[in-house]
Amino acid sequence: MTPFTTLTSCAVPLPIEHVDTDQIIPARFLKATTREGFGDNLFRDWRYDSAGQPKAGFVLNDATYAGEILVAGKNFGCGSSREHAAWALVDYGFRVVVSSFFADIFKANALNNGLLPVQVSEALLKELFAAIEADPATPFTVDLEAQTLTLDSSGQQAHFEINPYKKMCLINGYDDIDFLLSQTAAIEAFEAGA
Amino acid sequence: MPTLFDKIWDAHVVTRAEGGPDVLYIDTHFIHEVTSPQAFDGLRRRGIPVFRPAQTVATADHNVPTLDQHLPIKEALSRKQVDTLIRNCADFGLELYGLGHPYQGIVHVIGPELGVTQPGQTIVCGDSHTSTHGAFGTIAFGIGTSEVEQVLATQCVLKEKPKKMRINVEGELRPGVFAKDIILYIIAQISASGGTGYFVEYAGSAIRSLSMEGRMTVCNMSIEMGARGGLIAPDEKTFAYVKGREFAPKGADWDRALAHWHTLYTDEDAVFDREYTFDAADIAPMITYGTNPGMGVRVDQPVPRPEELDNESDRKQLAKSLAYMGLEAGQAMQGQKVDYVFIGSCTNSRIEDLRLVADYVKGKQKAPGVEVWVVPGSRQVREQAMAEGLADVFRAAGFELREAGCSACLGMNEDKVPAGKYCVSTSNRNFEGRQGPGARTFLASPLTAAAAAIHGHIVDVRESV
Ligand code: SF4
Repeated sequence: MTPFTTLTSCAVPLPIEHVDTDQIIPARFLKATTREGFGDNLFRDWRYDSAGQPKAGFVLNDATYAGEILVAGKNFGCGSSREHAAWALVDYGFRVVVSSFFADIFKANALNNGLLPVQVSEALLKELFAAIEADPATPFTVDLEAQTLTLDSSGQQAHFEINPYKKMCLINGYDDIDFLLSQTAAIEAFEAGA
Repeated sequence: MPTLFDKIWDAHVVTRAEGGPDVLYIDTHFIHEVTSPQAFDGLRRRGIPVFRPAQTVATADHNVPTLDQHLPIKEALSRKQVDTLIRNCADFGLELYGLGHPYQGIVHVIGPELGVTQPGQTIVCGDSHTSTHGAFGTIAFGIGTSEVEQVLATQCVLKEKPKKMRINVEGELRPGVFAKDIILYIIAQISASGGTGYFVEYAGSAIRSLSMEGRMTVCNMSIEMGARGGLIAPDEKTFAYVKGREFAPKGADWDRALAHWHTLYTDEDAVFDREYTFDAADIAPMITYGTNPGMGVRVDQPVPRPEELDNESDRKQLAKSLAYMGLEAGQAMQGQKVDYVFIGSCTNSRIEDLRLVADYVKGKQKAPGVEVWVVPGSRQVREQAMAEGLADVFRAAGFELREAGCSACLGMNEDKVPAGKYCVSTSNRNFEGRQGPGARTFLASPLTAAAAAIHGHIVDVRESV
């Protein structure tokens, strides 16, 4: 996993709530047996029409907006457990998703792929959308060590929560599996006692 | 004063790291072709075997055709995914109930059917509807592919213990109201995100009155309110269902298991972080009108109007959903024309569902112009439907009984609802494009779906039961 420490980037706004994993990556694109290439079909049916032409008006097709931070409405990532949703976001180039809350499985999948879910209050989320609308190039800084999200232009700063273990993994680029493999003796002891 | 959830969870914690998530031991792991290939690649990269191969069961369901399953899969990418599963199971020594195997079927249908799913277990699968198995008093939840790899490698996952919610449904269900209506009603009440961060226990007399199939339907959709999973305390019905199944404990093992299963309940004085109580008498046949499972109404109610909602973002969401669905605010749902009817998915594709549908359609004909797919949850369900003569009833009514798989629940194979068409579906998700690009889904119970097939539009089944 690619380590994550800090990131300064402008942001892409997606002010839609309950963005489900079928929108992030529709099922018909889940047929690959590798992790790569899902970014091409990220938000496929919002992004392209049935003839495969980009739909005007969808934010990823709008050159005004760019960056490695996606700011989305509440309950982002609800629906299926497909990790392909996280892979598609990472493959497209996102490193951070900001929302007022995330679906549980999506959050776990994101963290397992070096994609940082930053949960902010409903009120702040509104302000972030407004700031991006006012100036699409406005930069944000995400500092994982300090657990802060800063709107650089105003200095406005918000703290976000992250499990300390997960934070350590992200900063160092460790996978859970490395940790679990180190626990084999304890797991075998558990089995013997069960 | 632990809850049922606490009892099972705490008994499966291998170690509890300070500030970190629990290392949770997994009894049973199910895998399928879509969310597993990258996990096996990970094992290969690390050069490690599957830690406990006997505790993983594989099947092919998401991406399989539901016609002519004995022929090679036509679509190259689907074929590759299914072939990759076959190779991975062979390479790593895992049991596979693949295409052509008598036990093949939707992973959440075959686990209980084979007696692999047993009370008190922890169960995971790279699939969010793993919550289905909670009907047996298990902690069962969906995981991502990285976690599938972790389970293959160590038989464990790292999880923070979720918060606990109890949802009580008390009283007697009215005629024409089924488990599916209960869960659609609950989600409509607490919203598609009302359960986020929680693990739910369903309780109350209406829940207890349900058959095991009905309980599976309820637990199945826990994820649709955002919950990690849902479970129901096992009782005599549960034990009777499990007993005698292929992989159920036998003889002295059964007695030992049963003694343990009798301890699986929430203590009187246990405390939940959140609790809801609903009256079964308030529940009517439900139908969804929108693009998340929380957007449902009683079938005799109209589609809500944006101005009836009190917050701006809900109004926006409603307007967006109605535009996608091609519905008017305030219109009646009853009488709404339908083009397709899908009876299937891990929510409602068990023999009980098919019997209910057959019972209703016997001697009737589907409405002209409606296409009806009945897709059994497993090969065994299909065989039984044929043995009981249900297949003949379906054929006579113009319903097509297909072969087992996920099918139009997610439209990954060729079973897709065309753009703009309306489908009453017994599945669990009405997301945009879920049943095919542009497809418009109404979620409902099997009986409401069957009635729509016969009438060609949505009807209130209470008028015919
Ligand atoms: S039937 Fe639908 S919800 Fe169930 S496992 Fe298959 S795709 Fe998932």
